[in-house]
Amino acid sequence: MAVAREATPVESAEDVRAADLDREDLLQIYRNMLITRGIEERGHILYRQGKIPGSFYTGRGNEAAAVGVATAMQPDDVGTPIQRDMGVHVTRGTPPWRIFAQYMGRSDGLAAGKDGNVHMADIRLGLMAMVSHLPAMMPVAVGCALSFQIRKQPRVAVGWSGDGAMARGDAHEAMNLAGVRKLPVVFIVDNNQYAYSTPSKLEYGCVHLADRADAYGFDGVVVDGTDVLTVYREAHAAIEKARAGGGPTLLELVTLRMEGHAVHDDAFYVPRELMETWAKKDPIERYRRWLKEQSLLDEQREDEITVDVKKMLNEAVRKAEESPLPDPSALYEGVYADPEELDTPHHR
Amino acid sequence: MAVKTYLQAISDGLRDEMRRDSRVFLIGEDIGVYGGAFKVTQGFQAEFGEDRVIDSPLSETAITGACTGAALMGMRPVCEMQFSDFVSCAFDQLVTVAAKQHYRVGTPVPIVMRLPSGGGFSGGPFHSQNPEGFFAHCPGLKIVCPATPADAKGLIVEAIRDPNPVLYFEHKHLYRRIKGEVPDGEHTVEFGKARMHQEGDDISIVTYGAMVYTAEEAAKQVAERDGTSVEILDLRTVTPWDKQAVLDTVAKTSKVIVLHEDTHTSGFGAEIAATIAEEAFEHLDAPVVRLTAPDTPIPFSPPLEKAFLPQVEDVVAAIDKLSAY
Repeated sequence: MAVAREATPVESAEDVRAADLDREDLLQIYRNMLITRGIEERGHILYRQGKIPGSFYTGRGNEAAAVGVATAMQPDDVGTPIQRDMGVHVTRGTPPWRIFAQYMGRSDGLAAGKDGNVHMADIRLGLMAMVSHLPAMMPVAVGCALSFQIRKQPRVAVGWSGDGAMARGDAHEAMNLAGVRKLPVVFIVDNNQYAYSTPSKLEYGCVHLADRADAYGFDGVVVDGTDVLTVYREAHAAIEKARAGGGPTLLELVTLRMEGHAVHDDAFYVPRELMETWAKKDPIERYRRWLKEQSLLDEQREDEITVDVKKMLNEAVRKAEESPLPDPSALYEGVYADPEELDTPHHR
Repeated sequence: MAVKTYLQAISDGLRDEMRRDSRVFLIGEDIGVYGGAFKVTQGFQAEFGEDRVIDSPLSETAITGACTGAALMGMRPVCEMQFSDFVSCAFDQLVTVAAKQHYRVGTPVPIVMRLPSGGGFSGGPFHSQNPEGFFAHCPGLKIVCPATPADAKGLIVEAIRDPNPVLYFEHKHLYRRIKGEVPDGEHTVEFGKARMHQEGDDISIVTYGAMVYTAEEAAKQVAERDGTSVEILDLRTVTPWDKQAVLDTVAKTSKVIVLHEDTHTSGFGAEIAATIAEEAFEHLDAPVVRLTAPDTPIPFSPPLEKAFLPQVEDVVAAIDKLSAY
């Protein structure tokens, strides 16, 4: 039985005003979504050119989900985005050239070559680097929230999972502890319907993953993850509820993963009709159309944004390619932290 | 200086750090109202409140992950696994998340895991283990195994102040059995510095944790019997370990026993023995003897458990074997 609330879509300009977004905010969301997709498209080209070692993952179809949530976070809030959430890094202000350097294993990547692809984060932007063992960062987000509660800080942690990872015990333990202590944490599930090749019906038996929230003593909401304004509204409400002491919320953002698990995977197992249905809901195209309908984006402004993003990303790729590969001696650096590293603002 | 039990010394160190630093908090199962399964944190919740002495659900993964998150936000979490055996449930959070975080993205994870370990009282396969060997294989973690009350206090304080994930193995069999002088007030013990438990000339025993006392009793027996002089080196910390002190004692006596309560194959003794072979071969007058628990789970019934744990007579036999070589 489904128990989670299904979010109604944001449609009118009035809805948007209620969500506290002005025109420039709305255009910034658009721009962040374009940058997000642009980074991944360029990354894919670099990968095919042999400039990116290892594998390459994209979040095509998840741009609205990632940017919508990150836009709702305040500067002092923190989060643990996962591999389809490039939009979180972009919205929080990670410079794209460092992301390209990260992809290419260069010294200026966020992991300086120690880790690759989306396994990155800048703690100064309130982000923590994911590990492959999803959703291992959900309990970590809970710990951030625990520290905010102990110190009575008005901050919120956002912990991400995918639909597949919700089958693992970390998700249960994290949500249970958060529910018990009413912690200021919001859980996001990027539900793109496939865990690698395994469809949702083989990953969980409930109707919605958000239904599980009820079992942990908090609210669950199912949201169309291709609709950036609805994602923003629901994330904003959940984050502010958590900040006000109202405890956690589980937001299930439903999308379809529009490419394979990684670039080696052509996703032959996803039915074509399903792909076609969701292609019509492309989050960027959908939002662009809405902005135009609402007369918030004219052709001139659209061209300006498109050209500006393109220029910025071209420059970012160039700068990243200038970043040196790490010296082999760096292998031995950083296994252990030194005491003076605790004398930084975020560690006090 | 005051005489304290090993358990009181741990408790004192924790309390001192909590009074000194408001960022230190405790989380674990039954550590608050009940004061911990072994009463290490008895009275803590009354003094520091429910926000700093947190009774958690039965969730080792969430406890450990939450410690990492809180540490990344600037706190100094100390968690208790009710028995060190249960740290297996937190393996991923330790090995995958906490241990590699600094190497990958440069953010320190100053957490302490308190791990009541060791056998000797029919705890059976799941309440008696010494799992330090698993974690000694994982770069990024530090491992502490105090044997004396003074070290128990000094090492818990050092662990809390260390900027890395530290596994603090407190041996249950020492909790109330071992008493000793403990410095009052501020007391820290540096990681990676072994302690000379007793000096000797004929044979060296390199060990840590509860086996220090098994070695001590064996050394006493052979000294009284025929004057054999045994040196006992207590490593105190397994990661980092004091390689130089080990090489020095090998150079001095030329015969060495590596003794631990963990099981044999790939136990930390193997690392010590290999290092001696690599770096002190010329000093050896006999092969290194590894004396450990056998490669079996820890059984429950007293005669089986006694057969599992290295006993004083096993150490005496090893000393005699080396003496005769």
